[in-house]
Amino acid sequence: MLHIPFAAGRKTPWEVIYPNLFLLIISLVVFAAIIYLVFLIASRASVKVQEWLKYVVFLVPATLLLVIGLVYPTLRTVLMSFMNDDSTEFVGVENYVWSFTIPEILIVLRNTAIWVFVVPIVSTLLGLVIAYMTDRMKRAAVVKSLIFLPMAISFVGAGVIWKFVYDYQPNLTKADLGLFSALSKSIGIDPPNWLLEAPLNTFLLIVVMVWIQTGFAMVVLSAAMKNVPEEVVEAAMLDGATVFKTFIRVTIPMIRATIVVVLTTISIGTLKVFDIVRTMTGGNFQTNVIANEMYSQTFRQMNYGHGSALAVILLVCVIPIIAYNLRQLKIERTER
Amino acid sequence: MKAPKKARDVFSSPIASAAAVIIAVVWTIPTFGLLVSSIRPEQDINSNGWWNFFLQPNVTFDNYAQVLFAGTGTNPPLVLFFFNSLALTLPAVIFPITLALFAAYALAWFEFKGKDLLFSIIFGLQIVPLQLTLVPLLQLFAKGLSINGFVIIPDLGITGTFIPIWIAHTIYGLPLAIFLLHNFLRQIPRELIEAGRVDGANWFTLFSKIVLPLSVPAIASFSIFQFLWVWNDLLVGLTFGGGVKEVAPMTVRIAEMVGTRGSGWELLTAGAFVSMIVPLIVFFALQRYFVRGLLAGSVKG
Repeated sequence: MLHIPFAAGRKTPWEVIYPNLFLLIISLVVFAAIIYLVFLIASRASVKVQEWLKYVVFLVPATLLLVIGLVYPTLRTVLMSFMNDDSTEFVGVENYVWSFTIPEILIVLRNTAIWVFVVPIVSTLLGLVIAYMTDRMKRAAVVKSLIFLPMAISFVGAGVIWKFVYDYQPNLTKADLGLFSALSKSIGIDPPNWLLEAPLNTFLLIVVMVWIQTGFAMVVLSAAMKNVPEEVVEAAMLDGATVFKTFIRVTIPMIRATIVVVLTTISIGTLKVFDIVRTMTGGNFQTNVIANEMYSQTFRQMNYGHGSALAVILLVCVIPIIAYNLRQLKIERTER
Repeated sequence: MKAPKKARDVFSSPIASAAAVIIAVVWTIPTFGLLVSSIRPEQDINSNGWWNFFLQPNVTFDNYAQVLFAGTGTNPPLVLFFFNSLALTLPAVIFPITLALFAAYALAWFEFKGKDLLFSIIFGLQIVPLQLTLVPLLQLFAKGLSINGFVIIPDLGITGTFIPIWIAHTIYGLPLAIFLLHNFLRQIPRELIEAGRVDGANWFTLFSKIVLPLSVPAIASFSIFQFLWVWNDLLVGLTFGGGVKEVAPMTVRIAEMVGTRGSGWELLTAGAFVSMIVPLIVFFALQRYFVRGLLAGSVKG
């Protein structure tokens, strides 16, 4: 066992790990014991008591947590967005004016708009094409697994993976470590300093998100395609439609509702993207997005007013996407 | 006239298949590059691209040994953060699923006023970006809650422990979990529930004898979902960990390593792979359940 001291406490790692694991086990045992006891007592209570006890046991814990942890904080953040940096005075819409006038924040908003526009469309399109190509393919499972795999990787992990791909070697006499630099040199182009060059860098970060989300789009759309009746497709082909036309005129309309769900799900995930930007550029070099700026304003600048206003803007952006999703679902239902 | 080809034959055209295989390879190259780099000696990684590994295949596990067990400066080694991720994730999966299953059961089978409204609200809460809740929730953990000096929630003194992270993940996981499990529990045949009631089973025994065993597949699907979400999360771990290394998950440490100069690629690649190994195993072993959960789910808040 290695004994390398760290921090002020001069503890070895194991002096932290063992108590933590002990705490983990104790917590799980206590949790299980409480539930067991509650059930034991509750199931022996009189029928009359059980009538209200069942709500207390089953419904109240989750509802209470949601009220304390989601409803109250959301309302409080909305309130804080109209207050100053330490939430001691009301300042009206000052934080929102700040959000929409400071050039730095305007770049943040512009970048977020680019992300939300590009990522869902490109990922869904790619996912759609791959799902179609693999729909009847033999051994498609392996291909699909590989494309789906980035979904299992954290955004931080993906950030490291792609930072390595984009690695730039300023010393021209040294060999390139990054795949992109090496590839661009091999076709005779001097590689730019990938992650420093705006606006290229924003699009390179977007590539990472597309890389992750395409697998999601593919899996969901592929499942939808499996539900398109074989006869419909074959009938179109018999009528002389090409593969491409059948895809556009038959398959896509039949899975339209799923495409909308995929697009909106990815949009919402993209709006809140934080880890990728933070890991790869730290939001520097004009790559910042709302979620990362919200974090910086709140936890670096300690300006709760600014941070809250940005968080509220995030919520306001989510609402039309959800509204669109619900409307499409409604149309879909009435058509049937 | 030439007989029209069957749709199946046209679609399984070799060109489309070849294109799909190429895309899959392109998709895998970045991850593969990371994996290859992590087993190259430091000297090799920093002197040429990882693809040169196939010309000079030197394999070492020193990078892993170093990043896992040797701390740098005041930073503890990654093994500590690995176990932190574990200690953080298990309760953050078990707690929300238990509570969500309870609530889903109540919403699916109890008859009470305002049931549909409550379900709609919970469904709607899925869209709240968790960014909106960070500061007030953190203040709750740090200071409790009191209105005009009347203490509603006391200061629990739990900042810097796993407890705020567990609770935060539980809260954030609940809306989707309740929604998915509710949809599942609704499908239990009414006769089964009613037969149980007639036989004299109360709501509690009904839950443990009939509902729980039937819910195992749904629980499995959502567990994987929540597991990957919590294990891979950065934001919640970063904010609710209170900046304390004793409870910080691996994602926080890796992000820190990327940010600070001095962590060479040999440590970063190995470290990143250590953080990916558990989700990758879960993913490959339980992909079917994961896909099922994904298809049942809608929008994660």
